[in-house]
Amino acid sequence: MTENEVKQVALSVLVSIAPEVADAELQADKPLRRQVDLDSMDWLNFLLGLNEKLHVEIPEADYARLVTLNDVVKYLVAKLP
Amino acid sequence: MIEFKLPSLGADMDEGTLLEWLVHPGDKVKKGQIVAVVDTSKTAVDVECWQEGTVADLLVEPQQKVPVGTVLALLLEAGESAADAEKYKRENLAPPIAAAPVVATPPAPAPTISAPMKKSALAGRRPITPIARRRAQELTVDLDTVTGSGPDGAVTLEDVEQAAARRAQGAAASNDKQANKPTDRQAEMRKAIAAAMSRSKREIPHYYLAEPIPMARALAWLAQENIQRPMAERLLPAVLLLKAVAKTLHEYPELNGFYRDGAFQQAMRVNPGVAVAMRQGGLLAPALLDADQKNLTTLMQELSDLVKRTRAGSLKSSELSEATITVTNLGDQGVESVFGVIYPPQVALVGFGRIIDKAWVEGGQVKVQPIVVASLAADHRVSDGHRGALFLTSLREHLQQPETLDTTQESEPS
Repeated sequence: MTENEVKQVALSVLVSIAPEVADAELQADKPLRRQVDLDSMDWLNFLLGLNEKLHVEIPEADYARLVTLNDVVKYLVAKLP
Repeated sequence: MIEFKLPSLGADMDEGTLLEWLVHPGDKVKKGQIVAVVDTSKTAVDVECWQEGTVADLLVEPQQKVPVGTVLALLLEAGESAADAEKYKRENLAPPIAAAPVVATPPAPAPTISAPMKKSALAGRRPITPIARRRAQELTVDLDTVTGSGPDGAVTLEDVEQAAARRAQGAAASNDKQANKPTDRQAEMRKAIAAAMSRSKREIPHYYLAEPIPMARALAWLAQENIQRPMAERLLPAVLLLKAVAKTLHEYPELNGFYRDGAFQQAMRVNPGVAVAMRQGGLLAPALLDADQKNLTTLMQELSDLVKRTRAGSLKSSELSEATITVTNLGDQGVESVFGVIYPPQVALVGFGRIIDKAWVEGGQVKVQPIVVASLAADHRVSDGHRGALFLTSLREHLQQPETLDTTQESEPS
């Protein structure tokens, strides 16, 4: 899977949680949770969705590293099974 | 004869629109069964029936808007027949004018019942399937702009999803950054919140208290717990906070209940309403039923499910009518503390801010500790600041022993 494909998956999971994201222009290098109004439950569901689609286990200790969409994509690509 | 009435689903609801019947005459209804879908000004709700019987007659038709307390249907008790229902209807539910020619006292304001809806009254109104309505709410699609493709121009799930897809394409094609047109739902939601909050501030003499609570032990315990858990079962700090509130309420029952008709009624169950922000604006605070009785894993699953269903517009009537206190957690928005407005007829609201690392003095030493500010807004007609303060300090103590919160409790006499 390429970086771009992983990004598309991440975006589709995000849209399922925050439908309004489709309209917004997301800046991939800016903190995601500042741009999209995600509370802790939304954030958990986002990570769970990624886990389901890509089968990447994300330990809680790594949550702090996942700030921007780019961070998320890089992290996932490195850990793809 | 059982009268199934439109329940009040919150201080801000005085009428509702029946969207769909999920039962038909002749169906047996079990206690707790969802029998109808009703639209309040805030959301679509699955309405449960709390009595057992056989449906005799549905008295209100879909799309009809009726006041709270209206008899929606008649249910037969064991041994009753359809003829009994007809008789009951004639004697008890006839419009007051037709009832008695000469009456000294004005007719009781009781069972309001509208004449059966005529087809013509429905003209100009398109049926919308409940699932389509929910999806529209989820996707913030304005139903007035959707063309229905179902029978009689009914708006279906597919129509809504196509409308949302077209909107997304349109937005992508033109770089037009048009502000989201507020939908009817948003305006209605605003009105409902305005009514409830104005009533709260008009009637309830609030007092406010706050207490910083060290969270190092609780968070360390949670991290340890979560390492062993699969992703889907990990616990959020919010669950621990909710359970701690529920448990502490056993010691301070005067914060858990309702103020009605000039007196406080203590609730027998602990059902914290959880404030959930809606994506399109506004909020709902559905109840996490019996939170004091459940372990953290169960509470986490139920909270996750409750938030999902709140946003999707598929809450149950009991979840909207039976909250005994509200808990709001604005921590995710990054504020340090929140002072809430009580949701009448409740008598208290507990707020949590963000968990922030702070310099904290313990045993003469300055340490960095994660701290959460817990606040209490309570009704001074029912409780005093002294008891409120004791509640917050007890809450703090419970959170210092997180392992004791993960238990399924037996009902304690309170």
